[in-house]
Amino acid sequence: MSGIEGKLSSSSSELDLDRPNIEDYLPSGSSIHEPRGKLRLRDLLDISPTLTEAAGAIVDDSFTRCFKSNPPEPWNWNVYLFPLWCFGVAIRYLVLFPVRVIVLTIGWILFLSSVIPVHFLLKGHDKLREKMERFLVELLCSFFVASWTGVVKYHGPRPSMRPKQVFVANHTSMIDFIILEQMTPFAVIMQKHPGWVGLIQSTILESVGCIWFNRSEAKDREIVAKKLRDHIQGVDNNPLLIFPEGTCVNNQYSVMFKKGAFELGCTVCPIAIKYNKIFVDAFWNSRKQSFTMHLLQLMTSWAVVCDVWYLEPQNLKPGETPIEFAERVRDIISVRAGLKKVPWDGYLKYSRPSPKHTERKQQSFAESVLRRLEEK
Amino acid sequence: MGNASSMLTQYDIEEVQEHCHKLFSLQEIVSLYQRFCQLDRNAKGFISADEFLSVPEFAMNPLSQRLLKMVDGLNFKDFVAFLSAFSAKASVQQKIQLIFKVYDSDGNGKVSFNDILEVLRDLSGSFISDNQREQVLTQLLKEAGYLRDSYLMLDDFIKVFGSSGLKMEVEVPVD
Repeated sequence: MSGIEGKLSSSSSELDLDRPNIEDYLPSGSSIHEPRGKLRLRDLLDISPTLTEAAGAIVDDSFTRCFKSNPPEPWNWNVYLFPLWCFGVAIRYLVLFPVRVIVLTIGWILFLSSVIPVHFLLKGHDKLREKMERFLVELLCSFFVASWTGVVKYHGPRPSMRPKQVFVANHTSMIDFIILEQMTPFAVIMQKHPGWVGLIQSTILESVGCIWFNRSEAKDREIVAKKLRDHIQGVDNNPLLIFPEGTCVNNQYSVMFKKGAFELGCTVCPIAIKYNKIFVDAFWNSRKQSFTMHLLQLMTSWAVVCDVWYLEPQNLKPGETPIEFAERVRDIISVRAGLKKVPWDGYLKYSRPSPKHTERKQQSFAESVLRRLEEK
Repeated sequence: MGNASSMLTQYDIEEVQEHCHKLFSLQEIVSLYQRFCQLDRNAKGFISADEFLSVPEFAMNPLSQRLLKMVDGLNFKDFVAFLSAFSAKASVQQKIQLIFKVYDSDGNGKVSFNDILEVLRDLSGSFISDNQREQVLTQLLKEAGYLRDSYLMLDDFIKVFGSSGLKMEVEVPVD
C-alpha cells in the first residue's frame, strides 16, 4: 500500500486561546487507547469508543453536575420529626419572614432617605459624597444579610484599598456580592440583569463604581477589558471585584476562570466563599428560579451560613501565561473552599461548544487511521 | 426537584427493567430516572434534541447528530432500553446490534458502502479527503472478502467483529 498520503490540515492554534486544552482534563477523552497494528475492516467499523463517550455523557457529565441544585437532605421523615418540622415551617413563614421583611424595609427606607439627599446636596463635594454613598451601600448590604440571617465568618486580613489590585472570587449566587460588599466597598463587574435588579444596578451600584456588560456583548472582550483597565488606573476607585467563572455555580464545583481578570497587570487577591448547606442551599439556579424567588427562599429559611476567606494576593509569575495564572488562582480558591475543578467554560450554559472541539477529535481519529495504514 | 424516585413506583421500575431485558439493576434505573428528569427540563416526559445538546461533552461528540436521531424524543422506558447496550451485562451481540443501528441510518436492515462512508465522514471530518476514505474502505472491504457494492447485514458485522472483546461500557453512578 503506497502513495496514500495523510492530508491533515494544520491544527489551528489560534482557537481557544481563552482556555487551556480541555483534553488535558477530560477523563474519557484521554483514555482512548491507541491501537496498533495493521488496519483491518473491524478497526474501521468499530465506533465503540466514540459511542461510549457519547453514552457516558448522556448518563452523567461533569458540566451538568456543576449546576445541579443539591438541597439539604430532608429530615422530617418520621412521626415525631414531622410535626417538629411543621412547627419550624410555621415559625419561619409566619414569624421570621415578616420580621425580616420589616428589617429589610427599614433598611431600604434608611438607605433611600439618606442616599438621595446625599447625592444631591453634596453635589459639589465629590469625595465626601462618595464616602457617604459607600457607607450607605455597605449599610444596605448589612440589612440584606440580616434579612436572611446571614451567619458569615470572615477569615483573613481585610482587603485594603490599594491601587493596582483586583479581587476574584468563586460565584454561587448574586448574594456573594452582598456578603462581600457589607465588609468592604467593592466595585463589581456584573452581567446586566432585567427587572428590579437591573434598576438597582443602574442607580445605586453606580455609586460604588460598577461595570456592566452583556454576555452577548462580552464576546467583544476589548470593551470590557478596557473598562477594567480604566477602573484600576483610577486611584480613588473602589477595589474591583470580579467573578471569573462568569456564571453561578453550585458551590461544589468550579468552572474555568476567564482570563480577563488575570491579564490586567496587577495583583490578584483571591477570595473563597463556601456556603454551609445546613439550612438552605444558597446556590442560585438561574435556570430554575428568578432572583426574587431565590431571595424569598433565603428569607424563609433559618439562616444562610457561610465562610469567606481572604487569601494571599498573587502575582503573575515570570514565564506564566494569564491562562496559567487564572488556573493557579482557581486552584487556590478551589482547595480553600473544597470545590472540585471541572474543565468547562461557564458560558456553555448559554451556548454550544465551539465546533473546534469536535474537529480536534476528528483530527485525532484521522491521524490514527492514517498512521495505521502506513504500518504493514 | 425533590426526591425523584418517589415519582417512580416500584412497579414502574420493574416494568422498565423488563423492557431493557434486566440489563440494569433497580438502583441503576432509579439513577437513570434522576438523570432523565435532570435533562428533561420542563418535565415533558422526553428529552429534546436541544436538551441533549446542552451537555457539552455530548455536543462535542462527532457522532452526536446520528445518536440524536436515535434518542430524540424517547420516553424514559425507551431511553433506558437504548442505554442498555452500554451495560456491563449486555452481550457482545447486543452491542454490535447498536453499532449496526448507528450505521444503518435508514433502518432497512442493511449497511451499504455509502452508509459506512458517511459515518467515517462524521468521525474524521475534513482531515481525510473523500477520495482517501473511499480508497481505504474499498481496500479493507476487499481484504475482508466483501465487494464495494455488497451490503453488510448484522451477521456480517458480527462476523467482522469476531470474538475479540468489544469494550463498550458506561457506568451508571449510583449514590
